[in-house]
Amino acid sequence: MGSEETSAGVDVTGPMDEQLKAELSRQGIFTTTLQELYNWGRKNSLWPLNFGLACCAIEMIAATMARYDLARFGAEVFRPSPRQADLMIVAGTVTKKMAPQVIRLYNQMPEPKYVISMGACAISGGPFKQGYNVLKGIDRFIPVDVYIPGCPPRPEALLDAFMSLQKMIDEQHLTGATRPRHLRADRPSEFQLPEFGAHDLEPSSNPAVWQAPLVQIKTGNNESGDD
Amino acid sequence: MNPETIKSELEANIPGCVLQLVTNASPCAQHSLLMDAEHAIAVATYLRDAAGLRMDFCSNVTGIDWPQREVSEKIKVKKLVDGVETEVDEVKKTVVPGYLEAVYHLYSMELKHGPVILRMRTQDRDAGVHLPSLMHVWRSADLQEREIFDLYGIIFDGHHDLRRLLMWENFVDHPMRRDYVDPDDYEYEPTAHDEVLRRAQQHRAEGGRQ
Repeated sequence: MGSEETSAGVDVTGPMDEQLKAELSRQGIFTTTLQELYNWGRKNSLWPLNFGLACCAIEMIAATMARYDLARFGAEVFRPSPRQADLMIVAGTVTKKMAPQVIRLYNQMPEPKYVISMGACAISGGPFKQGYNVLKGIDRFIPVDVYIPGCPPRPEALLDAFMSLQKMIDEQHLTGATRPRHLRADRPSEFQLPEFGAHDLEPSSNPAVWQAPLVQIKTGNNESGDD
Repeated sequence: MNPETIKSELEANIPGCVLQLVTNASPCAQHSLLMDAEHAIAVATYLRDAAGLRMDFCSNVTGIDWPQREVSEKIKVKKLVDGVETEVDEVKKTVVPGYLEAVYHLYSMELKHGPVILRMRTQDRDAGVHLPSLMHVWRSADLQEREIFDLYGIIFDGHHDLRRLLMWENFVDHPMRRDYVDPDDYEYEPTAHDEVLRRAQQHRAEGGRQ
């Protein structure tokens, strides 16, 4: 046993030395921290909310079936109630008429909760972006953790998003300034529901969640298009 | 299914009914029958029940917006040019007032033929947008007529539940009309081009909402 390392020269207040941990593990002693245990438990039991909005939902369903088997990631239990779900997969086109219901479902989910924006429509409105009844991205109203591009994304892409989300959860700190939202009393867990206006949702986006990114658009008199 | 024979059969059996054959010049040559609102239900009921037709399946109902348009045609006019009467080409411009149109596609499940295409036109695009509902002839027209009411603004008289279908209740305007102006939410257009680019530039210039 490496008795020298355990007895002296180890800072007990900081994180455990990885080498020491590996060495202990080799000797049959399992060490962990509360943070690791907590994150390990959370990342391996993400229960998605059981709802789909458009064709992306078909890919989401395919991902849960035997061929792709989402159960390997601990996420096979799709919950029909937002009260029992940790993860919202916004799978498909969010119409303006549907948007308040999606946001309400998100508000009803208990913390900690995560959102995967699946497919071009949920990200930006996709091919319907300039339509009269399609929301230009669900991230205008609720915070999104992982975006999956595609129209629709394949089940592998959803699995990749799951793994990204699990990695993100695994790296979260339970204390300090970088701790996640659900451990901060000053951060909201519910977000404003938009009202139905005469032509659009009022407001059309939540400025606390989403600000329009700066895009260079030529203001000249060119008709050929943007560069 | 010759639309001409259907037209003459309908006109012979429904008193006062005058139909107009709207020809389709494209290769599919799906000609349609334009009927007046007054005889629409009688025409529809006849098409559904007549022994040789049996149009028991209304597969599709849709709307078309025809805004006011200017038609210019060349006509020959006799004029005095330098004291001599000659034929001169002149462009005559006529304004065709706008209207809305409802189109019904009918098939027969029993006799396995179709389609027969029916059209109805409203008087204008403002106040005279009433047409009779055919949902009591074909139940499948129920939701489709609601959709047309929602998106085009045709009011189907006699419809049992004429509410908006796709848009929310207090939505103003009808989004599939050609003069519909969508809300100014062009604050973020990463790959803008053509019309979207124009709208995005306009949004910038006017300092629209962020």
